[in-house]
Amino acid sequence: MSASRRIQGLVGLWTPLAAVAAGLVVLALALWAAGYDAPAALQALWRGGFGSQDAVLSALLPRAIPLITIGLGIGLAFRAGALNIGAEGQFYAGAIAATWIGLLLGSWPRVLAVPTVLLASLTAGLLWAAIPAVLRLRFGVLEVIGTLLLNFVAEALVSWMVQGPLQESKHIYPQSDPLPLAARLPILPGTRLHLGLLLTLGLAAGLWVMLRRTLPGFQLRATGANPLAASVMGGINTRRVFALALGASGALAGLAGGFEVSGTSFALFQSLSPGYGFTAIAVALLARLNPLATIGTGLLFAALEAGSSAMQREAQVPAVVVWVAEAVIIIAVVLADAWRRRRSLAEAGT
Amino acid sequence: MPPALALRGITRRFGSVEALAEVDFSLEPGEIHALLGENGAGKTTLMSIAFGLLRPDAGSISISGTTTSLRNPTDARRHGIGMVHQHFTSIPAFTVAENVALAAGWRLAPHESAARIRRLAETTGFAVDPALRVEDLSAGLKQRLEVLKALAADARILLLDEPTSVLSPPDAEALLRQIAEFRGRGVATVLITHKLREAITIADRVTVLRRGRVVHSGPVRSETPESLARHMLGEAADSSPGPAPVATSTGGTRMSARTLAVPRLGGSGSGLREATLTLQSGELVGLAAVEGNGQRELFRAIAGLAAPSSGTLELGGTVAFIPEDRTAEALIGEFTLTENLVLSQRSAAPWIDGVWIDWRKAEARAAELIAEFGVRARGATARAASLSGGNQQRMVVAEALERRPAVLLAENPTRGLDVRAAREVMERLRSAARSGVAVLVHLTDLDELLSLASRIVVLSEGTLLELPAGASREEIGRRMLGVAAS
Repeated sequence: MSASRRIQGLVGLWTPLAAVAAGLVVLALALWAAGYDAPAALQALWRGGFGSQDAVLSALLPRAIPLITIGLGIGLAFRAGALNIGAEGQFYAGAIAATWIGLLLGSWPRVLAVPTVLLASLTAGLLWAAIPAVLRLRFGVLEVIGTLLLNFVAEALVSWMVQGPLQESKHIYPQSDPLPLAARLPILPGTRLHLGLLLTLGLAAGLWVMLRRTLPGFQLRATGANPLAASVMGGINTRRVFALALGASGALAGLAGGFEVSGTSFALFQSLSPGYGFTAIAVALLARLNPLATIGTGLLFAALEAGSSAMQREAQVPAVVVWVAEAVIIIAVVLADAWRRRRSLAEAGT
Repeated sequence: MPPALALRGITRRFGSVEALAEVDFSLEPGEIHALLGENGAGKTTLMSIAFGLLRPDAGSISISGTTTSLRNPTDARRHGIGMVHQHFTSIPAFTVAENVALAAGWRLAPHESAARIRRLAETTGFAVDPALRVEDLSAGLKQRLEVLKALAADARILLLDEPTSVLSPPDAEALLRQIAEFRGRGVATVLITHKLREAITIADRVTVLRRGRVVHSGPVRSETPESLARHMLGEAADSSPGPAPVATSTGGTRMSARTLAVPRLGGSGSGLREATLTLQSGELVGLAAVEGNGQRELFRAIAGLAAPSSGTLELGGTVAFIPEDRTAEALIGEFTLTENLVLSQRSAAPWIDGVWIDWRKAEARAAELIAEFGVRARGATARAASLSGGNQQRMVVAEALERRPAVLLAENPTRGLDVRAAREVMERLRSAARSGVAVLVHLTDLDELLSLASRIVVLSEGTLLELPAGASREEIGRRMLGVAAS
């Protein structure tokens, strides 16, 4: 009995590792087939992510922060059965709010200005996710559609903001003025690493405890696992739980937008996000929606992205090739999951 | 003229249960033949054999005098047999024309199918606008479309399995009128129904099944609802004892519903109409009803899962509910038994402290219940989906009783259980009543219900009837079928 559970636990750990290995093998084969110097390219990939203290502190971790923060939210929503694929838009909603409020708070003390900026970004993300929640619960519009379409709206909104109300005072480039120092997150001197890392690690631990040990976390898991039984046996208001989880996941994506503006870019511009909101779906899935595992998978995908820039620079391999590896990892995880589910169903059937 | 469809000596077993025993059934060309019987009498099994969905263990099938074997529904359709199921089988997002073309295997341009459907509608009277989307049709039109689909496939023999059970009374009447008008145009129809009036109004002949055997077959002319009910329930039933009288010294009212009305849940059934019912501490009330007559709504309104449209409901304590569908409504399959226990006990449980859950405490209690209720599982950390149906139900019953309810609702709690597990569940309900719980239970098997309950109430088309103590089985059966007292 305990042996079989131990094996199951190992399977749970090994599938993501095997998936990552498969992704890297396919990447190497693709590089080789396309005529690149595969060993050199992979070395560059590694150096870009983990090669030096500078790579870790200024390339890897700053990219990991938005991926982990958004991934935590997506994991929460998916656990509740809400398929939020609009984190990109919620991220931008948070970034707009952070910029707007941050530009107004130049005269505030930093200990007040920074929390206010982060709170504004969180609220904006929450409200942006509230729209598809209402559409789903009131009008039956699937949240997959609602969250997805609002991504385009948010991107258009950013585009308008940086050419209109939030454009820099010189009115030359489509970007905002830089945020005043008071509205910026503290940064580790000599690096690009900001305080958001500690906050998001704290969030991951908190969410892990919530899902495991608390009644609200349990109710969220029950709602996602079987909403009918959750309401019939558990008396849970599953619509409320669904809306709260979707809202919370929007809030986390918005917060990631706030982190990015007040900790990394210090300004709003188009394509502020290199697709963090979408990559974070993979981050959450690879972590099996587990908040602590999300830290690891967030770091992995950040390393791939940081490394891909280095690979382009040093081995002249287009950065998009790395997307192939990311896609292979996701597909491998999904397949392993489907295979495992079928096996456990077959066992239950005997 | 040979019969359109003749089934001879049909026998079919499911495991050790003999669902049909040497059944003879013949359908004359152009007639409407009603097929009646209680739940589990074998009606649907017989029609599934006639439609090639099941193979008989013995017996023969002949169509217009030629003996054939039907291997599958495609075979049956080729022989001109069409079946209309109890539930709709059309694609909601497709138009009427597309659905008909799909069912009949037409390969035509859309306007050609539409024209053909209009011609068919003229000759048969089953008119539905071919351009409408199915999701926009009323329930009555949807069911008309189901018949039209069968006719479009050139069916000469129509098997209708309770076609009116999902319809409101006016829609049901309209559909029946159409079927009646359609008689004599060369199509022979079998009508399975629970509604005796329906059978008497439109059928030419009637065959009654009881426990897998034909107990009566003949013209409808000479029948009354009472005589049909007697055939269905059996002569012997007259003398069989009814429920034991209500225990008189009960400990007070635990549930009181006054003129409680509940709109129907889901697409079918009648909803609940102004039901008045009280449950006393220590009594075990049996709710007798044919499927879709308002029991779903009554249970869920008392359990707080469906909002009444009018009336009042007073409760004297916690209500625990054992829903009919174990795997969909009562358990979360991928959760452990401990997690399922925590779910069912909600926030008022010893392992809940504010927002925190003490899993060790919950697991210890789950292990105790598993032992006490004889749940065969690998332990408290076994996933609910890994248990057999009987063990799942033991756990669900344990969860319900663990809530120390004042009122216990059990909706068909023996469904799909083997005899031993079913008996055990019934014994649990009995002992709950003995300990002062007010129990309301619905079972599809009337005999089981009579053996269990101390008092019987009947729901028929959403109307609740209290029966006097000592009412006979036959009386109860007739009330379930909507036949007035004689």
